[in-house]
Amino acid sequence: MRYSIFSLVRQAFAGHRGWDEAWRTPEPKKQYDVVIVGGGGHGLATAYYLAKNHGVSNVAVLEKGYIGGGNTGRNTTIVRSNYMLDDNAHFYEWSLKLWHQLSTDLNYNTMFSPRGVLNLAHTEGQRDQYFRRGNRMLLNGIDAEWMTREDIARFIPHLDCSDNPRFPILGGLMQRRGGTARHDAVAWGYARAASALGVDIIQNCEVQGFAREGNRVVAVETSRGRIGAGKVGIAVAGNSGRVAGMVGLKLPIETHVLQAFVSEPLKPMLDTVVTYGAGHFYMSQSDKGELVMGGDLDFYPSYAQKGNIPILEEAVAAGLQMFPILSRVRMMRHWGGVMDMTLDGSPIIAKTPIDNFYLNGGWCYGGFKATPASGWVFAHTIAHDAPHELNRAHTLERFETGHVIDDKGAGPVAQWH
Amino acid sequence: MQQFTCPYCGPRDQSEFTYGREATSVPALDASAAEWQRFVYERDNPAGPHAEWWHHNHGCRQWLEIVRDTLTHEVLAIRAARPPEDRG
Ligand SMILES: Cc1cc2nc3c(=O)[nH]c(=O)nc-3n(C[C@H](O)[C@H](O)[C@H](O)COP(=O)(O)OP(=O)(O)OC[C@H]3O[C@@H](n4cnc5c(N)ncnc54)[C@H](O)[C@@H]3O)c2cc1C
Ligand SMILES: [Zn+2]
Repeated sequence: MRYSIFSLVRQAFAGHRGWDEAWRTPEPKKQYDVVIVGGGGHGLATAYYLAKNHGVSNVAVLEKGYIGGGNTGRNTTIVRSNYMLDDNAHFYEWSLKLWHQLSTDLNYNTMFSPRGVLNLAHTEGQRDQYFRRGNRMLLNGIDAEWMTREDIARFIPHLDCSDNPRFPILGGLMQRRGGTARHDAVAWGYARAASALGVDIIQNCEVQGFAREGNRVVAVETSRGRIGAGKVGIAVAGNSGRVAGMVGLKLPIETHVLQAFVSEPLKPMLDTVVTYGAGHFYMSQSDKGELVMGGDLDFYPSYAQKGNIPILEEAVAAGLQMFPILSRVRMMRHWGGVMDMTLDGSPIIAKTPIDNFYLNGGWCYGGFKATPASGWVFAHTIAHDAPHELNRAHTLERFETGHVIDDKGAGPVAQWH
Repeated sequence: MQQFTCPYCGPRDQSEFTYGREATSVPALDASAAEWQRFVYERDNPAGPHAEWWHHNHGCRQWLEIVRDTLTHEVLAIRAARPPEDRG
Protein backbone atom coordinates (compact mmCIF):
# COMPACT_ATOMS: atom_id res chain seq x y z
CA MET A 1 0.00 0.00 0.00
CA ARG A 2 1.36 3.43 -0.93
CA TYR A 3 1.30 5.96 1.86
CA SER A 4 -0.23 9.31 0.89
CA ILE A 5 -2.64 11.92 2.12
CA PHE A 6 -5.42 9.94 0.39
CA SER A 7 -4.61 6.64 2.09
CA LEU A 8 -4.43 8.51 5.39
CA VAL A 9 -7.86 10.09 4.90
CA ARG A 10 -9.35 6.79 3.74
CA GLN A 11 -7.96 5.01 6.80
CA ALA A 12 -9.09 7.77 9.11
CA PHE A 13 -12.67 7.17 7.99
CA ALA A 14 -12.20 3.39 8.31
CA GLY A 15 -10.97 3.68 11.90
CA HIS A 16 -7.38 2.86 10.90
CA ARG A 17 -8.22 -0.84 10.69
CA GLY A 18 -7.11 -1.38 7.11
CA TRP A 19 -3.39 -0.67 7.25
CA ASP A 20 -1.19 -3.55 5.95
CA GLU A 21 1.82 -4.83 7.80
CA ALA A 22 4.69 -2.54 6.79
CA TRP A 23 6.89 -5.52 5.92
CA ARG A 24 6.25 -9.25 5.49
CA THR A 25 7.29 -11.78 8.14
CA PRO A 26 8.27 -14.85 6.10
CA GLU A 27 9.81 -18.13 7.22
CA PRO A 28 13.45 -18.32 6.10
CA LYS A 29 13.99 -20.05 2.73
CA LYS A 30 16.59 -22.81 2.30
CA GLN A 31 18.83 -20.66 0.11
CA TYR A 32 19.35 -17.01 -0.82
CA ASP A 33 21.58 -15.32 -3.38
CA VAL A 34 22.68 -12.86 -0.71
CA VAL A 35 22.37 -13.08 3.08
CA ILE A 36 22.87 -9.86 5.03
CA VAL A 37 23.66 -10.31 8.72
CA GLY A 38 22.35 -7.47 10.90
CA GLY A 39 19.00 -5.70 10.59
CA GLY A 40 20.12 -2.20 11.50
CA GLY A 41 19.84 0.70 9.08
CA HIS A 42 22.93 -0.40 7.17
CA GLY A 43 21.86 -4.01 6.63
CA LEU A 44 18.34 -2.98 5.60
CA ALA A 45 19.57 -0.21 3.28
CA THR A 46 21.99 -2.68 1.67
CA ALA A 47 19.16 -5.12 0.99
CA TYR A 48 16.98 -2.35 -0.44
CA TYR A 49 19.64 -1.09 -2.85
CA LEU A 50 20.61 -4.66 -3.84
CA ALA A 51 17.03 -5.12 -5.02
CA LYS A 52 16.45 -1.61 -6.35
CA ASN A 53 19.78 -0.72 -7.98
CA HIS A 54 21.11 -4.17 -8.91
CA GLY A 55 18.03 -6.34 -9.41
CA VAL A 56 19.19 -8.81 -6.72
CA SER A 57 16.05 -9.50 -4.71
CA ASN A 58 16.54 -13.09 -3.50
CA VAL A 59 17.99 -11.57 -0.35
CA ALA A 60 17.50 -12.18 3.37
CA VAL A 61 18.31 -9.82 6.22
CA LEU A 62 18.93 -11.84 9.40
CA GLU A 63 18.51 -9.94 12.66
CA LYS A 64 19.14 -11.52 16.06
CA GLY A 65 16.66 -9.25 17.86
CA TYR A 66 14.24 -6.81 16.25
CA ILE A 67 15.19 -4.53 13.38
CA GLY A 68 16.61 -1.19 14.44
CA GLY A 69 17.12 -2.46 18.01
CA GLY A 70 20.90 -1.96 17.82
CA ASN A 71 22.65 1.35 17.38
CA THR A 72 20.18 2.55 14.76
CA GLY A 73 17.48 2.83 17.43
CA ARG A 74 19.86 4.18 20.07
CA ASN A 75 21.57 7.00 18.24
CA THR A 76 21.18 10.76 18.51
CA THR A 77 20.50 11.05 14.76
CA ILE A 78 22.92 13.77 13.72
CA VAL A 79 23.32 13.83 9.94
CA ARG A 80 26.17 15.84 8.38
CA SER A 81 28.97 15.62 5.82
CA ASN A 82 31.50 18.03 7.36
CA TYR A 83 34.57 15.86 6.81
CA MET A 84 38.00 17.01 5.79
CA LEU A 85 39.68 14.12 3.97
CA ASP A 86 38.46 13.53 0.42
CA ASP A 87 37.61 9.84 0.79
CA ASN A 88 35.25 10.52 3.69
CA ALA A 89 34.00 13.86 2.33
CA HIS A 90 32.71 12.42 -0.95
CA PHE A 91 31.20 9.37 0.71
CA TYR A 92 29.31 11.32 3.40
CA GLU A 93 28.26 14.01 0.94
CA TRP A 94 26.62 11.37 -1.25
CA SER A 95 24.88 10.13 1.88
CA LEU A 96 23.62 13.63 2.67
CA LYS A 97 22.26 13.96 -0.88
CA LEU A 98 20.40 10.68 -0.45
CA TRP A 99 19.01 11.88 2.91
CA HIS A 100 17.50 14.93 1.27
CA GLN A 101 15.24 12.77 -0.91
CA LEU A 102 14.98 9.63 1.23
CA SER A 103 11.39 10.06 2.42
CA THR A 104 10.19 10.41 -1.18
CA ASP A 105 12.30 7.52 -2.39
CA LEU A 106 11.09 5.17 0.36
CA ASN A 107 7.53 6.53 0.47
CA TYR A 108 8.05 6.70 4.22
CA ASN A 109 8.47 9.79 6.34
CA THR A 110 11.96 9.60 7.82
CA MET A 111 11.39 13.06 9.33
CA PHE A 112 14.69 14.31 7.96
CA SER A 113 15.10 17.85 9.22
CA PRO A 114 17.98 19.89 7.74
CA ARG A 115 18.17 22.21 10.73
CA GLY A 116 21.94 22.71 10.52
CA VAL A 117 24.85 21.34 12.53
CA LEU A 118 27.03 23.91 14.29
CA ASN A 119 30.46 23.05 15.76
CA LEU A 120 31.53 25.68 18.29
CA ALA A 121 35.14 26.91 18.47
CA HIS A 122 36.62 28.16 21.73
CA THR A 123 40.29 28.79 20.94
CA GLU A 124 42.13 30.42 18.08
CA GLY A 125 43.80 27.14 17.22
CA GLN A 126 40.45 25.47 16.98
CA ARG A 127 39.08 28.32 14.88
CA ASP A 128 41.96 27.96 12.41
CA GLN A 129 41.40 24.21 12.29
CA TYR A 130 37.70 24.80 11.51
CA PHE A 131 38.62 27.32 8.79
CA ARG A 132 40.83 24.66 7.26
CA ARG A 133 38.13 21.99 7.39
CA GLY A 134 35.49 24.43 6.14
CA ASN A 135 37.67 25.47 3.21
CA ARG A 136 38.32 21.88 2.27
CA MET A 137 34.59 21.19 2.42
CA LEU A 138 33.92 24.13 0.09
CA LEU A 139 36.58 22.87 -2.32
CA ASN A 140 34.81 19.51 -2.32
CA GLY A 141 31.50 21.21 -3.17
CA ILE A 142 30.05 20.79 0.33
CA ASP A 143 28.34 23.68 2.12
CA ALA A 144 30.21 25.21 5.05
CA GLU A 145 29.85 28.55 6.72
CA TRP A 146 31.75 30.39 9.44
CA MET A 147 29.49 31.99 12.05
CA THR A 148 30.87 34.70 14.33
CA ARG A 149 30.04 34.86 18.00
CA GLU A 150 27.47 37.61 17.25
CA ASP A 151 25.80 35.50 14.52
CA ILE A 152 25.57 32.59 16.93
CA ALA A 153 24.18 34.69 19.78
CA ARG A 154 21.32 35.77 17.48
CA PHE A 155 20.83 32.26 16.07
CA ILE A 156 20.75 30.39 19.42
CA PRO A 157 19.46 32.88 22.01
CA HIS A 158 19.79 30.49 24.99
CA LEU A 159 23.45 29.72 24.31
CA ASP A 160 25.83 31.59 26.63
CA CYS A 161 27.92 33.59 24.16
CA SER A 162 29.28 35.97 26.80
CA ASP A 163 32.79 36.09 28.25
CA ASN A 164 31.58 34.39 31.44
CA PRO A 165 32.13 30.69 30.63
CA ARG A 166 35.50 29.11 31.32
CA PHE A 167 35.88 28.61 27.54
CA PRO A 168 34.05 31.47 25.78
CA ILE A 169 32.70 30.85 22.29
CA LEU A 170 34.75 32.41 19.47
CA GLY A 171 32.55 31.34 16.59
CA GLY A 172 31.54 28.15 14.86
CA LEU A 173 31.56 26.08 11.71
CA MET A 174 28.04 25.58 10.41
CA GLN A 175 26.74 23.07 7.88
CA ARG A 176 23.18 24.14 7.12
CA ARG A 177 22.27 21.11 5.00
CA GLY A 178 22.97 18.81 7.96
CA GLY A 179 20.40 18.05 10.63
CA THR A 180 18.53 15.16 12.21
CA ALA A 181 16.13 12.36 11.22
CA ARG A 182 13.88 9.90 13.02
CA HIS A 183 16.01 6.82 13.75
CA ASP A 184 13.28 4.15 13.88
CA ALA A 185 11.64 5.50 10.75
CA VAL A 186 14.88 4.93 8.84
CA ALA A 187 14.98 1.24 9.81
CA TRP A 188 11.24 0.80 9.22
CA GLY A 189 11.22 2.73 5.94
CA TYR A 190 14.08 0.72 4.46
CA ALA A 191 12.54 -2.54 5.76
CA ARG A 192 9.19 -1.75 4.19
CA ALA A 193 10.68 -0.69 0.86
CA ALA A 194 13.03 -3.70 0.73
CA SER A 195 10.26 -6.13 1.66
CA ALA A 196 8.08 -4.72 -1.12
CA LEU A 197 10.88 -5.55 -3.59
CA GLY A 198 11.03 -9.17 -2.37
CA VAL A 199 13.64 -9.06 0.38
CA ASP A 200 12.92 -11.38 3.35
CA ILE A 201 13.39 -9.70 6.72
CA ILE A 202 13.88 -12.35 9.38
CA GLN A 203 13.91 -11.19 12.97
CA ASN A 204 14.82 -13.20 16.09
CA CYS A 205 17.38 -15.04 13.98
CA GLU A 206 20.88 -14.97 15.42
CA VAL A 207 23.83 -15.91 13.23
CA GLN A 208 26.02 -18.32 15.18
CA GLY A 209 28.49 -19.53 12.60
CA PHE A 210 29.28 -20.01 8.93
CA ALA A 211 29.73 -23.19 6.88
CA ARG A 212 32.78 -22.97 4.62
CA GLU A 213 33.90 -24.77 1.46
CA GLY A 214 37.47 -23.83 0.68
CA ASN A 215 37.72 -20.06 0.67
CA ARG A 216 33.98 -19.54 0.36
CA VAL A 217 31.08 -19.36 2.77
CA VAL A 218 28.23 -21.61 1.62
CA ALA A 219 25.74 -21.31 4.44
CA VAL A 220 24.91 -19.41 7.58
CA GLU A 221 24.22 -21.32 10.82
CA THR A 222 21.48 -19.55 12.72
CA SER A 223 19.25 -19.98 15.76
CA ARG A 224 16.54 -20.84 13.20
CA GLY A 225 18.59 -23.41 11.32
CA ARG A 226 20.98 -23.46 8.41
CA ILE A 227 20.42 -21.00 5.55
CA GLY A 228 22.31 -21.40 2.28
CA ALA A 229 23.98 -18.26 0.91
CA GLY A 230 25.53 -17.35 -2.43
CA LYS A 231 27.17 -14.32 -0.83
CA VAL A 232 27.25 -13.01 2.73
CA GLY A 233 27.53 -9.40 3.88
CA ILE A 234 27.80 -8.47 7.54
CA ALA A 235 26.58 -5.14 8.98
CA VAL A 236 26.54 -5.81 12.72
CA ALA A 237 28.18 -2.63 14.13
CA GLY A 238 29.55 -3.30 17.65
CA ASN A 239 29.47 -7.04 17.00
CA SER A 240 31.67 -6.86 13.87
CA GLY A 241 34.61 -8.48 15.64
CA ARG A 242 32.51 -11.36 16.95
CA VAL A 243 30.78 -12.15 13.66
CA ALA A 244 33.94 -11.73 11.55
CA GLY A 245 35.68 -13.93 14.13
CA MET A 246 33.30 -16.75 13.13
CA VAL A 247 35.13 -16.94 9.79
CA GLY A 248 38.53 -16.43 11.42
CA LEU A 249 39.01 -12.73 10.55
CA LYS A 250 40.65 -10.40 13.05
CA LEU A 251 39.67 -6.78 12.55
CA PRO A 252 41.22 -3.39 13.38
CA ILE A 253 38.14 -2.70 15.52
CA GLU A 254 37.48 -2.32 19.25
CA THR A 255 33.99 -2.29 20.73
CA HIS A 256 33.28 0.65 23.05
CA VAL A 257 30.17 2.02 24.71
CA LEU A 258 28.67 5.38 23.75
CA GLN A 259 25.93 6.87 25.91
CA ALA A 260 23.13 9.28 25.19
CA PHE A 261 20.40 10.83 27.30
CA VAL A 262 17.25 12.89 26.95
CA SER A 263 15.57 15.44 29.16
CA GLU A 264 11.92 15.78 30.01
CA PRO A 265 10.02 17.43 27.12
CA LEU A 266 10.34 21.22 27.00
CA LYS A 267 8.83 23.96 24.87
CA PRO A 268 10.79 24.65 21.66
CA MET A 269 14.15 26.21 22.60
CA LEU A 270 16.71 24.91 20.11
CA ASP A 271 16.13 24.53 16.37
CA THR A 272 19.57 23.31 15.33
CA VAL A 273 22.24 20.82 16.40
CA VAL A 274 25.06 22.35 18.41
CA THR A 275 28.33 20.76 19.54
CA TYR A 276 30.68 21.99 22.26
CA GLY A 277 34.30 22.41 21.19
CA ALA A 278 36.14 22.62 24.51
CA GLY A 279 35.02 19.19 25.66
CA HIS A 280 32.64 16.64 24.27
CA PHE A 281 28.95 17.45 24.35
CA TYR A 282 26.25 17.96 21.76
CA MET A 283 22.54 18.67 21.83
CA SER A 284 19.45 18.99 19.70
CA GLN A 285 15.74 19.06 20.49
CA SER A 286 13.40 16.33 19.31
CA ASP A 287 9.97 16.95 17.85
CA LYS A 288 8.50 15.82 21.17
CA GLY A 289 10.46 18.57 22.93
CA GLU A 290 13.05 16.36 24.64
CA LEU A 291 16.61 17.63 24.58
CA VAL A 292 18.73 14.88 23.03
CA MET A 293 22.27 14.93 24.37
CA GLY A 294 25.49 12.98 24.15
CA GLY A 295 29.15 13.14 25.01
CA ASP A 296 32.25 11.01 24.94
CA LEU A 297 32.79 7.28 24.73
CA ASP A 298 33.39 5.55 28.07
CA PHE A 299 37.05 5.11 26.98
CA TYR A 300 37.42 1.37 27.52
CA PRO A 301 36.21 -1.67 25.57
CA SER A 302 32.74 -2.82 26.53
CA TYR A 303 29.87 -4.88 25.18
CA ALA A 304 27.58 -3.83 28.04
CA GLN A 305 24.90 -1.66 26.48
CA LYS A 306 25.03 0.67 29.47
CA GLY A 307 27.47 3.34 30.49
CA ASN A 308 29.20 4.84 33.49
CA ILE A 309 28.27 7.93 35.48
CA PRO A 310 31.51 10.02 35.33
CA ILE A 311 31.18 10.42 31.57
CA LEU A 312 27.60 11.48 32.00
CA GLU A 313 28.58 14.07 34.61
CA GLU A 314 31.26 15.46 32.35
CA ALA A 315 28.84 15.81 29.46
CA VAL A 316 26.24 17.50 31.63
CA ALA A 317 28.84 19.94 33.01
CA ALA A 318 29.77 20.97 29.48
CA GLY A 319 26.10 21.29 28.58
CA LEU A 320 25.44 23.57 31.53
CA GLN A 321 28.34 25.78 30.58
CA MET A 322 26.75 26.25 27.18
CA PHE A 323 23.15 26.48 28.35
CA PRO A 324 22.91 27.69 31.98
CA ILE A 325 19.13 27.76 31.45
CA LEU A 326 19.15 23.93 31.74
CA SER A 327 20.35 23.80 35.35
CA ARG A 328 17.02 22.57 36.71
CA VAL A 329 15.91 20.39 33.81
CA ARG A 330 15.33 16.75 34.72
CA MET A 331 16.74 13.81 32.79
CA MET A 332 14.24 11.30 31.55
CA ARG A 333 16.17 8.41 29.98
CA HIS A 334 19.75 7.34 29.54
CA TRP A 335 21.17 4.43 27.53
CA GLY A 336 24.21 3.13 25.69
CA GLY A 337 25.08 1.39 22.45
CA VAL A 338 28.13 -0.63 21.44
CA MET A 339 30.28 1.15 18.87
CA ASP A 340 32.52 -0.49 16.30
CA MET A 341 35.54 1.83 16.71
CA THR A 342 38.20 1.41 14.01
CA LEU A 343 41.79 2.35 14.60
CA ASP A 344 41.70 5.28 12.14
CA GLY A 345 38.16 6.47 12.90
CA SER A 346 36.84 5.66 9.41
CA PRO A 347 34.58 2.79 8.35
CA ILE A 348 35.43 -0.39 6.47
CA ILE A 349 33.09 -1.24 3.57
CA ALA A 350 34.95 -3.87 1.68
CA LYS A 351 35.72 -7.28 0.33
CA THR A 352 37.58 -9.55 2.74
CA PRO A 353 40.18 -12.32 2.31
CA ILE A 354 37.21 -14.74 2.05
CA ASP A 355 35.87 -14.82 -1.53
CA ASN A 356 32.16 -14.19 -1.03
CA PHE A 357 32.17 -12.60 2.43
CA TYR A 358 31.84 -8.80 2.66
CA LEU A 359 32.32 -6.47 5.60
CA ASN A 360 30.43 -3.30 6.49
CA GLY A 361 31.55 -1.98 9.87
CA GLY A 362 33.75 0.33 11.85
CA TRP A 363 31.14 3.11 11.96
CA CYS A 364 32.38 4.49 15.24
CA TYR A 365 29.81 6.91 16.65
CA GLY A 366 28.89 8.45 13.31
CA GLY A 367 27.30 5.71 11.25
CA PHE A 368 23.68 6.81 11.31
CA LYS A 369 24.31 9.63 8.85
CA ALA A 370 26.10 7.12 6.62
CA THR A 371 23.13 4.75 6.41
CA PRO A 372 21.91 5.57 2.86
CA ALA A 373 25.36 5.77 1.24
CA SER A 374 26.61 2.79 3.20
CA GLY A 375 23.77 0.66 1.86
CA TRP A 376 24.29 2.11 -1.61
CA VAL A 377 27.99 1.28 -1.90
CA PHE A 378 27.84 -1.98 0.06
CA ALA A 379 25.12 -3.26 -2.27
CA HIS A 380 27.35 -2.29 -5.20
CA THR A 381 30.37 -4.02 -3.64
CA ILE A 382 28.41 -7.24 -3.08
CA ALA A 383 26.62 -7.23 -6.45
CA HIS A 384 29.78 -6.51 -8.48
CA ASP A 385 32.32 -8.17 -6.18
CA ALA A 386 34.19 -4.86 -6.45
CA PRO A 387 33.98 -1.58 -4.56
CA HIS A 388 32.01 1.44 -5.73
CA GLU A 389 33.94 4.61 -6.57
CA LEU A 390 32.98 6.03 -3.16
CA ASN A 391 34.27 3.18 -0.97
CA ARG A 392 37.40 2.33 -2.95
CA ALA A 393 39.56 3.64 -0.11
CA HIS A 394 37.57 2.12 2.77
CA THR A 395 39.34 -1.23 2.59
CA LEU A 396 40.55 -3.62 5.23
CA GLU A 397 44.04 -3.63 3.70
CA ARG A 398 44.58 0.08 4.26
CA PHE A 399 45.87 -0.67 7.75
CA GLU A 400 48.59 -2.87 6.25
CA THR A 401 49.59 -0.54 3.44
CA GLY A 402 49.53 2.64 5.53
CA HIS A 403 46.67 4.28 3.62
CA VAL A 404 44.63 4.91 6.76
CA ILE A 405 41.86 7.55 6.62
CA ASP A 406 42.43 9.40 9.88
CA ASP A 407 40.28 12.54 9.65
CA LYS A 408 41.21 13.61 13.17
CA GLY A 409 44.90 12.75 12.90
CA ALA A 410 44.58 10.90 16.21
CA GLY A 411 46.60 7.76 15.53
CA PRO A 412 45.87 4.06 16.08
CA VAL A 413 43.95 4.34 19.36
CA ALA A 414 40.27 3.48 19.03
CA GLN A 415 38.93 5.74 21.78
CA TRP A 416 40.71 8.87 20.49
CA HIS A 417 38.68 9.01 17.28
CA MET B 1 31.71 4.35 40.60
CA GLN B 2 33.52 1.09 39.95
CA GLN B 3 36.81 0.66 41.81
CA PHE B 4 40.00 -1.06 40.72
CA THR B 5 42.36 -2.40 43.40
CA CYS B 6 45.78 -1.18 42.33
CA PRO B 7 48.54 -3.51 43.65
CA TYR B 8 50.44 -0.40 44.76
CA CYS B 9 47.70 1.99 45.93
CA GLY B 10 44.78 -0.23 46.97
CA PRO B 11 41.16 0.37 45.89
CA ARG B 12 40.77 3.51 43.77
CA ASP B 13 38.03 4.97 41.55
CA GLN B 14 38.09 3.75 37.98
CA SER B 15 38.32 7.36 36.77
CA GLU B 16 41.91 7.50 38.12
CA PHE B 17 42.93 4.92 35.52
CA THR B 18 43.27 5.23 31.75
CA TYR B 19 42.74 2.34 29.39
CA GLY B 20 45.77 1.66 27.21
CA ARG B 21 45.13 -1.31 24.95
CA GLU B 22 44.72 -5.08 24.91
CA ALA B 23 47.63 -6.80 26.66
CA THR B 24 49.78 -8.83 24.33
CA SER B 25 53.45 -9.44 23.72
CA VAL B 26 55.28 -6.47 22.21
CA PRO B 27 57.12 -7.32 18.97
CA ALA B 28 60.90 -7.19 18.98
CA LEU B 29 62.49 -4.03 17.56
CA ASP B 30 63.60 -5.97 14.48
CA ALA B 31 60.29 -7.81 14.02
CA SER B 32 58.83 -7.88 10.51
CA ALA B 33 56.48 -5.13 9.30
CA ALA B 34 53.65 -7.68 9.20
CA GLU B 35 54.20 -8.49 12.87
CA TRP B 36 54.13 -4.80 13.79
CA GLN B 37 51.02 -4.27 11.70
CA ARG B 38 49.24 -7.03 13.64
CA PHE B 39 50.38 -5.53 16.94
CA VAL B 40 49.27 -1.99 16.08
CA TYR B 41 46.03 -2.74 14.24
CA GLU B 42 44.54 -6.16 14.98
CA ARG B 43 42.38 -6.75 18.02
CA ASP B 44 40.80 -9.85 19.59
CA ASN B 45 37.97 -7.63 20.87
CA PRO B 46 36.15 -10.41 22.76
CA ALA B 47 32.81 -10.14 24.53
CA GLY B 48 33.96 -11.65 27.83
CA PRO B 49 37.27 -11.84 29.72
CA HIS B 50 39.87 -9.52 28.19
CA ALA B 51 43.47 -8.91 29.31
CA GLU B 52 44.18 -5.18 29.16
CA TRP B 53 46.85 -2.66 30.00
CA TRP B 54 45.69 0.27 32.10
CA HIS B 55 47.71 3.21 33.39
CA HIS B 56 47.12 4.42 36.95
CA ASN B 57 47.88 7.93 35.77
CA HIS B 58 46.12 9.77 38.60
CA GLY B 59 47.80 7.53 41.20
CA CYS B 60 51.11 5.71 41.24
CA ARG B 61 51.53 6.14 37.45
CA GLN B 62 52.34 2.45 37.03
CA TRP B 63 51.05 0.32 34.16
CA LEU B 64 48.80 -2.54 35.26
CA GLU B 65 47.48 -5.65 33.57
CA ILE B 66 43.78 -6.08 34.29
CA VAL B 67 41.65 -9.01 33.19
CA ARG B 68 38.17 -7.55 32.85
CA ASP B 69 34.93 -9.01 31.54
CA THR B 70 33.80 -6.69 28.75
CA LEU B 71 30.20 -7.86 29.10
CA THR B 72 29.84 -7.29 32.87
CA HIS B 73 32.84 -4.98 33.62
CA GLU B 74 33.82 -7.40 36.43
CA VAL B 75 37.55 -7.35 37.25
CA LEU B 76 38.86 -10.92 37.27
CA ALA B 77 42.54 -10.26 37.94
CA ILE B 78 44.80 -7.26 38.43
CA ARG B 79 48.57 -7.11 38.68
CA ALA B 80 51.52 -4.90 37.82
CA ALA B 81 52.23 -5.06 34.08
CA ARG B 82 55.91 -5.26 34.87
CA PRO B 83 56.68 -6.49 38.40
CA PRO B 84 59.40 -4.54 40.30
CA GLU B 85 61.87 -7.45 40.15
CA ASP B 86 61.82 -7.20 36.30
CA ARG B 87 62.87 -3.58 36.21
CA GLY B 88 66.43 -2.61 35.42
C1 LIG C 1 24.35 6.76 21.86
C2 LIG C 1 24.68 6.78 20.40
C3 LIG C 1 24.63 7.98 19.69
C4 LIG C 1 24.94 8.02 18.34
N1 LIG C 1 24.79 9.20 17.67
C5 LIG C 1 24.98 9.25 16.33
C6 LIG C 1 24.71 10.45 15.62
O1 LIG C 1 24.28 11.45 16.19
N2 LIG C 1 24.92 10.46 14.28
C7 LIG C 1 25.38 9.37 13.62
O2 LIG C 1 25.58 9.46 12.42
N3 LIG C 1 25.63 8.21 14.27
C8 LIG C 1 25.43 8.11 15.61
N4 LIG C 1 25.66 6.94 16.29
C9 LIG C 1 26.21 5.79 15.55
C10 LIG C 1 25.14 5.05 14.77
O3 LIG C 1 24.06 4.75 15.62
C11 LIG C 1 25.69 3.74 14.22
O4 LIG C 1 26.95 3.92 13.61
C12 LIG C 1 24.75 3.18 13.15
O5 LIG C 1 23.42 3.21 13.59
C13 LIG C 1 25.15 1.77 12.82
O6 LIG C 1 24.15 1.16 12.06
P1 LIG C 1 24.26 -0.37 11.76
O7 LIG C 1 23.10 -0.73 10.93
O8 LIG C 1 25.63 -0.64 11.25
O9 LIG C 1 24.22 -1.04 13.22
P2 LIG C 1 23.03 -1.46 14.20
O10 LIG C 1 21.86 -0.57 14.09
O11 LIG C 1 23.64 -1.67 15.53
O12 LIG C 1 22.59 -2.83 13.58
C14 LIG C 1 23.35 -4.02 13.70
C15 LIG C 1 22.39 -5.14 13.97
O13 LIG C 1 23.09 -6.37 13.92
C16 LIG C 1 22.46 -7.26 14.80
N5 LIG C 1 23.37 -8.37 15.09
C17 LIG C 1 24.52 -8.36 15.79
N6 LIG C 1 25.05 -9.60 15.86
C18 LIG C 1 24.22 -10.41 15.16
C19 LIG C 1 24.23 -11.80 14.86
N7 LIG C 1 25.21 -12.62 15.31
N8 LIG C 1 23.21 -12.31 14.13
C20 LIG C 1 22.20 -11.51 13.68
N9 LIG C 1 22.15 -10.18 13.93
C21 LIG C 1 23.14 -9.64 14.66
C22 LIG C 1 22.17 -6.37 16.01
O14 LIG C 1 21.14 -6.93 16.81
C23 LIG C 1 21.77 -5.06 15.37
O15 LIG C 1 20.38 -4.88 15.24
C24 LIG C 1 25.35 6.85 17.66
C25 LIG C 1 25.40 5.66 18.35
C26 LIG C 1 25.04 5.60 19.71
C27 LIG C 1 25.06 4.29 20.43
ZN1 LIG D 1 48.42 2.74 41.69
